[in-house]
Amino acid sequence: MNIPVLELREVRRVHGSGPTEVHALRGVSLAVSPGELVGIMGPSGSGKSTLLNLAGGLDAPTTGEVYVEGEHLGSMSRKRLAALRRRSVGYVFQDLNLLPSLTAAENGALPLELDGMSVRRARRAALAALSEMDMADHAGRFPDEMSGGQQQRVAIARALIGERRLVLADEPTGALDTRTGEAVLRLLRARVDAGAAGVLVTHEARHAAWADRVIFLRDGEIVDTSGPLATADDLLVR
Amino acid sequence: MSIRHGLLALLTAGPRYGYQLRAAFEESTGATWPLNIGQVYTTLSRLERDGLVRPLPEEDGGQRPYEITDAGRAEVERWFATAVTRTDRPRDELVIKLAIALTTPGVDVRTVVQTQRTATMRTLQELTRLKAGDAASDLSWRLVLDAMIFQAEAEVRWLDHCEASLTRHRPSPAAPEVAPAGHSEEADVS
Repeated sequence: MNIPVLELREVRRVHGSGPTEVHALRGVSLAVSPGELVGIMGPSGSGKSTLLNLAGGLDAPTTGEVYVEGEHLGSMSRKRLAALRRRSVGYVFQDLNLLPSLTAAENGALPLELDGMSVRRARRAALAALSEMDMADHAGRFPDEMSGGQQQRVAIARALIGERRLVLADEPTGALDTRTGEAVLRLLRARVDAGAAGVLVTHEARHAAWADRVIFLRDGEIVDTSGPLATADDLLVR
Repeated sequence: MSIRHGLLALLTAGPRYGYQLRAAFEESTGATWPLNIGQVYTTLSRLERDGLVRPLPEEDGGQRPYEITDAGRAEVERWFATAVTRTDRPRDELVIKLAIALTTPGVDVRTVVQTQRTATMRTLQELTRLKAGDAASDLSWRLVLDAMIFQAEAEVRWLDHCEASLTRHRPSPAAPEVAPAGHSEEADVS
């Protein structure tokens, strides 16, 4: 199989020190291959969001290593890491982080422009991603002119723009009704089936069920894994 | 009972042979509850005994189609108008298992919970994969699939709840692990 898009090796993360020390992750190893969607479940405080932040290079492990497409994040320059985050990693986080002074299309295009893409091409890519989320009509709107669910869809469109090899999602269906939420998961699933690697953090079993593997975190450790599911090929071999 | 009423309701669309009823039942429910033809004929003869259906004259190589009676139509109406109660549900093995695990020495209830959660999660993943690949199929089948998805989801949620309760639970002094107050040493030794 190809090299994993994401690999965590014995990752530990300790917040604070001394008596207030908190062990958010206690030695987690995980590899996510192209075409694979991994769900992460666990009660609050189990380390789900810490794991996602480390995977996306938004936080650094206390010990252990994180690799994205075979590259060790800890050895990268800040500039290199920032470029990787803009180019290869798509984030759908609970807080949407849409810039209030930019329209939906501008919010989507900005990371591409920062990365050196022409304004026109970046805008085209942003519009394509918005229409995938049924949000083409809202391209010219500012975040405060949209409902929570609409903002969520813009944030998801932005995360999926361009050639993202790794998509990280933290409760991506938070503000959405059941039907739109399912559409988001179908879209995430389709992206992964087209060759991206995905990590989906959720406390909803129904959402995690879209994953190929579901990992259960408890107190910063992986306690169990459900899957991978049998593929059609596995069934033929048996 | 669901098969009896299911078959009776299918007959409201017009007279049918047993094998047609079986096919229609399985088509509606996505073959989730396969019926054997014997079950269908046993059910039809009971419905006939109760006056809810009647056989029509032979047509197709010795087989007789069945037709719903007025009493049968009334029964179908009553069925759809009445809520299903949960009292007919068979005893839930999982609930019994967890309740017994709590009082069985040497059993780690958390492990029992996690083993079940992983298994149920896997079922949920498989159902979701069916659903993802089957977006355009007919509405009855989608509803049946959704029902199974919601049931599996509810089980996972209940297991999460069990685990949270276990974490919060502190055995009271009267719990079996701790010698009850006033209990004599001699009695413990015996």
